[in-house]
Amino acid sequence: MIGLTAGFADPVQDAQRCFRSVLDAMSRPGRIATVAGVAPPAPLCVASAAVLLTLIDHETTFWLDPAAGAANAWIAFHCGAPSADMPRDAAFAFSLGLADLTRFNAGNHEGPETSATIVVQLPSLTGGAPLRLSGPGLKDSATIAPLGLPADFPAIWRRNRGLFPAGIDLILCAGNTLAALPRTVQVEEA
Amino acid sequence: MTEGYNFAYLDEQTKRMIRRALLKAVAIPGHQVPFGSREMPLPYGWGTGGIQVTASILGTNDVLKVIDQGADDTTNAVSIRRFFARTADVATTTHTADATVIQTRHRIPEKTLRDNQIIVYQVPQPEPLYRLESSRVETRRMHGLADYGLMHVKLYEDVARFGQISISYDYPVLVNQRYLMSPSPIPAFDNPKMDRMPALQLFGAGREKRIYAIPPWTAVRSLDFDDHPFRAINASEPCGLCGATDSYLDEVVIDDRGGRLFVCSDTDHCAERRAAGHIGKDGFAEAAE
Repeated sequence: MIGLTAGFADPVQDAQRCFRSVLDAMSRPGRIATVAGVAPPAPLCVASAAVLLTLIDHETTFWLDPAAGAANAWIAFHCGAPSADMPRDAAFAFSLGLADLTRFNAGNHEGPETSATIVVQLPSLTGGAPLRLSGPGLKDSATIAPLGLPADFPAIWRRNRGLFPAGIDLILCAGNTLAALPRTVQVEEA
Repeated sequence: MTEGYNFAYLDEQTKRMIRRALLKAVAIPGHQVPFGSREMPLPYGWGTGGIQVTASILGTNDVLKVIDQGADDTTNAVSIRRFFARTADVATTTHTADATVIQTRHRIPEKTLRDNQIIVYQVPQPEPLYRLESSRVETRRMHGLADYGLMHVKLYEDVARFGQISISYDYPVLVNQRYLMSPSPIPAFDNPKMDRMPALQLFGAGREKRIYAIPPWTAVRSLDFDDHPFRAINASEPCGLCGATDSYLDEVVIDDRGGRLFVCSDTDHCAERRAAGHIGKDGFAEAAE
């Protein structure tokens, strides 16, 4: 545990502020929020670390991308989430770049809320191929251009959206910014 | 702030659990997400669901408004507002426009809510099919399959028996063309305000342990028939105090000789109009402040 960095400086207020950013992002797909208050362990960015501290604990099974294994001790110490052996067992997951969504639990028609939420860390939420978003939370449409998503992301997302009311929800994190893609959002190449 | 309690009363683990439920609720508009409702320092039926949702979202920068049937000054509203002023040291207001979080029992404020506001509804019975099908296993299956024929039959029977749909409050709605949802016992008059509302709408049912949500700008349609379209019912008179004709009115008995007074249910709306010089037939000019 040598070299373990701290969690939130102010656990109660920082978690509340981070949650409101995530809630705002989930309610309004494409809106980019900023978070702060934590010194993240490599390879996690500030936003990824803050979201995990805010949302996971001993009640949530968690799958960590093996490529981010260096952060395992930090997450285990601060969150105490039981780790899922297989992605499909996880309620929450963290991946560097987009993981294969079909490996995760999408819930079912009677219990769509049991699906996984994946925290996807990207190099940046701007500067990538622009995507046009529409659906609940958006008056008309919004555009987001995250860097590092696969080129066929609109097709991947169409398959996920086709599972509604089941489906995976994504929280995109880069640096100290985050955005969310709830399962209801339509994604098209802009 | 009261010593000995965590910020906003609930412990952090409970808040995380409720926050996770809220995010799933927003991602599946109108779907009831089960949550581990806690015992609160007031009985079920007094807004424990709404209070737990409010406690989980509230921050130090928020300004809280609490209304009960539209009024800021009734027992339930006063006690919940004071509860959060004490446990979260949060600023409170009675002005709809100044609030960032509005917790409500059975009304939606008359003033159009904004993009940066959140409205939290207290919900006694989250299951819209409850009176038609008492089994939760069955209703869960019906929601899963979007099998809402039973509700349409109920509405049809109303039309056959009374000539109209006879639901005046808790009027069932279809959210985002998918989930049948109880809007909580707000008057049907308020239903149209839910459709494409710019503010985020969160619903908490403490006894029934369910949370659900409507994201901003989401389509919310009151169920009806082409030949019997949804109609919002209201008193035919204007507000006696402020003369408003576009607000929801309460009927108040004012004497023992059959005297009646119709007044705005939304006290803030009525006070603002009176302050702006509007006077109804039973009203009087406000003293200059």
